[in-house]
Amino acid sequence: MEEESDTRKINNSFLRDHNYATEADIISTVEFNSTGELLATGDKGGRVVVFQREQESKSQPHRRGEYNVYSTFQSHEPEFDYLKSLEIEEKINKIKWLPQQNAAYFLLSTNDKTVKLWKISERDKRPEGYNLKDEDGRIRDPSTITSLRVPVLQPMDLMVEATARRIFSNAHTYHINSISVNSDLQTFISTDDLRVNLWNLEITDRSFNIVDIKPANMEELTEVITSAEFHPQQCHTFAYSSSKGSIRLCDMRLAALCDKHCKYFEEPEDPATRSFFSEIISSISDVKFSHNGRYLMTRDYLTVKVWDLQMENKPVETYQVHDYLRGKLCSLYENDCIFDKFECVWNGSDSVIMTGSYNNFFRMFDRNTKRDVTLEASRENSKPRAILKPRKVCVGGKRRKDEISVDSLDFSKKILHTTWHPHENIIAVAATNNLYIFQDKVN
Amino acid sequence: MAGADGDDSLYPIAVLIDELRNEDVQLRLNSIKKLSTIALALGVERTRTELLPFLTDTIYDEDEVLLALAEQLGNFTMLVGGPEYVHCLLPPLESLATVEETVVRDKAVESLRKISQEHSPVDLEVHFEPLVKRLASGDWFTSRTSACGLFSVCYPRVSSTVKAEIRQHFRTLCSDDTPMVRRAAASKLGEFAKVLEPEYVKSDIISLFTALASDEQDSVRLLAVEACVSIATLLPQEDLETLVMPTLRQAAEDKSWRVRYMVADKFSELQKAVGSEITKNDLVPAFQNLLKDCEAEVRAAAANKVKEFCENLPEDNREQIIMTHILPCVKELVSDTNQHVKSALASVIMGLSTILGKDNTIEHLLPLFLAQLKDECPEVRLNIISNLDCVNEVIGIRQLSQSLLPAIVELAEDAKWRVRLAIIEYMPLLAGQLGVEFFDEKLNTLCMAWLIDHVYAIREAATCNLMKLVEKFGAEWAQNTIVPKVLGMANDPNYLHRMTTLFCINALSEACGQEITTKQMLPVVLKMSNDQVANVRFNVAKSLQKIGPVLDSNALQTEVKPVLEKLATDSDMDVKYFAQEAISGTFCFHPPSTKSLNFNLLNFLFLFFLCSSGPRITIPNQQLKAEISCKQNYTFTGYLLMFRNNW
Repeated sequence: MEEESDTRKINNSFLRDHNYATEADIISTVEFNSTGELLATGDKGGRVVVFQREQESKSQPHRRGEYNVYSTFQSHEPEFDYLKSLEIEEKINKIKWLPQQNAAYFLLSTNDKTVKLWKISERDKRPEGYNLKDEDGRIRDPSTITSLRVPVLQPMDLMVEATARRIFSNAHTYHINSISVNSDLQTFISTDDLRVNLWNLEITDRSFNIVDIKPANMEELTEVITSAEFHPQQCHTFAYSSSKGSIRLCDMRLAALCDKHCKYFEEPEDPATRSFFSEIISSISDVKFSHNGRYLMTRDYLTVKVWDLQMENKPVETYQVHDYLRGKLCSLYENDCIFDKFECVWNGSDSVIMTGSYNNFFRMFDRNTKRDVTLEASRENSKPRAILKPRKVCVGGKRRKDEISVDSLDFSKKILHTTWHPHENIIAVAATNNLYIFQDKVN
Repeated sequence: MAGADGDDSLYPIAVLIDELRNEDVQLRLNSIKKLSTIALALGVERTRTELLPFLTDTIYDEDEVLLALAEQLGNFTMLVGGPEYVHCLLPPLESLATVEETVVRDKAVESLRKISQEHSPVDLEVHFEPLVKRLASGDWFTSRTSACGLFSVCYPRVSSTVKAEIRQHFRTLCSDDTPMVRRAAASKLGEFAKVLEPEYVKSDIISLFTALASDEQDSVRLLAVEACVSIATLLPQEDLETLVMPTLRQAAEDKSWRVRYMVADKFSELQKAVGSEITKNDLVPAFQNLLKDCEAEVRAAAANKVKEFCENLPEDNREQIIMTHILPCVKELVSDTNQHVKSALASVIMGLSTILGKDNTIEHLLPLFLAQLKDECPEVRLNIISNLDCVNEVIGIRQLSQSLLPAIVELAEDAKWRVRLAIIEYMPLLAGQLGVEFFDEKLNTLCMAWLIDHVYAIREAATCNLMKLVEKFGAEWAQNTIVPKVLGMANDPNYLHRMTTLFCINALSEACGQEITTKQMLPVVLKMSNDQVANVRFNVAKSLQKIGPVLDSNALQTEVKPVLEKLATDSDMDVKYFAQEAISGTFCFHPPSTKSLNFNLLNFLFLFFLCSSGPRITIPNQQLKAEISCKQNYTFTGYLLMFRNNW
């Protein structure tokens, strides 16, 4: 792993001015498309920015892999629910790309309540020639029209347009935390705290509620859904995670309502480590199927776990993300950091796992060699196109050179959202309002 | 603009052409819809060389514009110069067949199918078939899905070598990587099989069918069920058992409920396609299993087919099959745990009585009807009541009436107003079936009670119901039973009830005739013109206008006119307005005064406000819809519409 990280270079970072960063600029999700050619980010201001990978050029081989802004559009606007007197934030909670179906690209973006399907398409021709206007746009006298002109399409500068093709709304009473596209390319699910809804991508006026964990009496509520995802190949399987640290696997073939799960993954709690915070830190913030569909990865506050779909009673692998925080849970509770929802991702071959931490640190775990590394995404401590240095955090008094004391970690700089290129070692890391893209060293 | 050189006629066309690219979608749409006019003005030559190339590249537009374009091009043959040049239409339709929007693609395919018939056999091979191949081997699945719909139209008209190629392309698409394409191929399998030579049906189609029916994606497998119907009709009876039945049996027991649902949903078609012998041996047990399926959606779909299935059984031992195999399952469904299953059954179960005859109905079905009439779910009871006529024909309604009454009473007093509304709508039907005596004795009080319901929609439906009853039972009956009670409400302390009297009079006057209206109703209406509530007073004015045509002219002049004139000087602006309206509507035509014009405007503005705040109002509906329709695949549209109208 270290080897790999040594070859990793910062080659690009898209920075809005640090000093003037507003709340709206904070990146709230980041996602590669299925080919890795495009990368989308969503922010708290409801904007989606799509980056496109630069084509390979012989003159500047190191520029291969750089991503440039391709399209920027306002996906969601702030709204107000007049019935409930609630403000609906425009913050983009999740973005999911659809597999490419024609020359245009499609993505789903969601805020707390509404999912939208966006089409991003290119236009490079423009019609020219009017009957009633001349070339400069002046109106022609109708009496001078003696023949008809059919407009002709002429090449023009490339224009990228984003259009909202479908709006899936009014199906969620609670906040949507995740969306996932099915491998049948016909349906997707949207998940809020208590329900999972199944939509057809072409139908916006109807959705089917397939999971509902809302108790008849809300005072009996003990558990909420935190995330859900479809299996990458089996169109009938999806998994959802809960705030109690369990994951349920559902088979849509068995029944129309998936209230009954077919598999239930949970690790029995160790009574020795039980504390006031046990329940909070065991809440799962993200669940992801591996690309091969054999494993599930979950992230809770302190660890990442990998589960084999064939084994429900315990995870096959557990990785400590920042175990040094175990002693600081009390203060993390007081500043609400303990409720942060970290995401986790697989690399293209499912051999490496990446997830975020505090102080702009993010962690990688090699599942084969069992080596791990902590890296930092920051402008201050590393230069563009420089190799990233691994970081170490120490607990207790003796601090060696190059180590950072756990007490000096900055908890306001957190890396919640990361994504990994589907085939190559390129990663995108969102650190508050900055997006860092790192890749393997070229040459 | 009137020039000597004929620009008069060019100008509108010039506008249309320019608006093909207007920024306003509506104008572009209008222009596209008049594309034939443009083409006509340009002539066939310029249409081919200028207009079509332009249209080929305009695929960036909004869906509705593209949809209109795809439709127009299907009727363009004459405008490009007749069948000889019809192939010029292929390029724009080809690009439309690759857009991501399914409706546009489908329309483009439909137009392509249409114009394929206008191609000569030579053109079909030179121009059309290459297009199908291009689409079939396109990079994106959108073009490949479109190709699936085109094979069957060109296959019968091409040479045998090309036929072999087409079969090969279809085979490839059936095993495409993307489920979208496999679904498209599966849904066109039956249609393609129909145009194939019988030997290829056996050699090619069956293997494709078997493969699709065991696809890993259930969304593909369920479409193979549909194909099964058409394939089964193409094969001789002796081949069905070996070629189709294994797959069909497998589908009926598929692990995925959606596939089993599809089998249940298509059961009648399947039954007709495979014939009576296989029905007896295979489909009867399969149907029993579907009726007992573990998934409620499947049971509901099967329950819906009970009557049709029984009707289509071979007549020689129909009764025996129903009694020994189907009825036991039906009995279980009556006490199903899922209300949608029960209500699906309730909507068809009465139909069995005509098939089974009087004795069986009384012995076996009647207890089921009675049980369903007592069901806890109002939907089930309503479905039974709405189908009473079937049973009435076979055993007469008396057998049921004792149980019917408590069921009706309970529905009539249901806490949900939509349920009450639904039962009111069946009242005229019930009255017809049960007869006047039974009605007077048992149901009349209910009908009157609805008039003072606290929900307006119920009171409104109740007045309408009274009118239908009077139409059925006659004016004399009305005079004895209904009119006194309605008129009695005119003295009710609640002004809403007093208004109900007026609404009833509006509805009843015509059915009751001049005498009752003049002698009994009119005095009450006139008396109410002194009501202290303005709403009642202006409704008096409206009522007087409404019943005016029924009254004789003497009563109008001596009684109605003075009252209206008095109301026209009322202190309330609305009362004045409606009184004036009534006077001008009843007596003569006066141009409306400026004041009432203003009021019209006000009225208009008010309505406008309602419309403009529409989205806000529809939010609860949509949420309701989402909440209700989510849980089960079940439509409440009828109810929703009512709900919306109430706004």
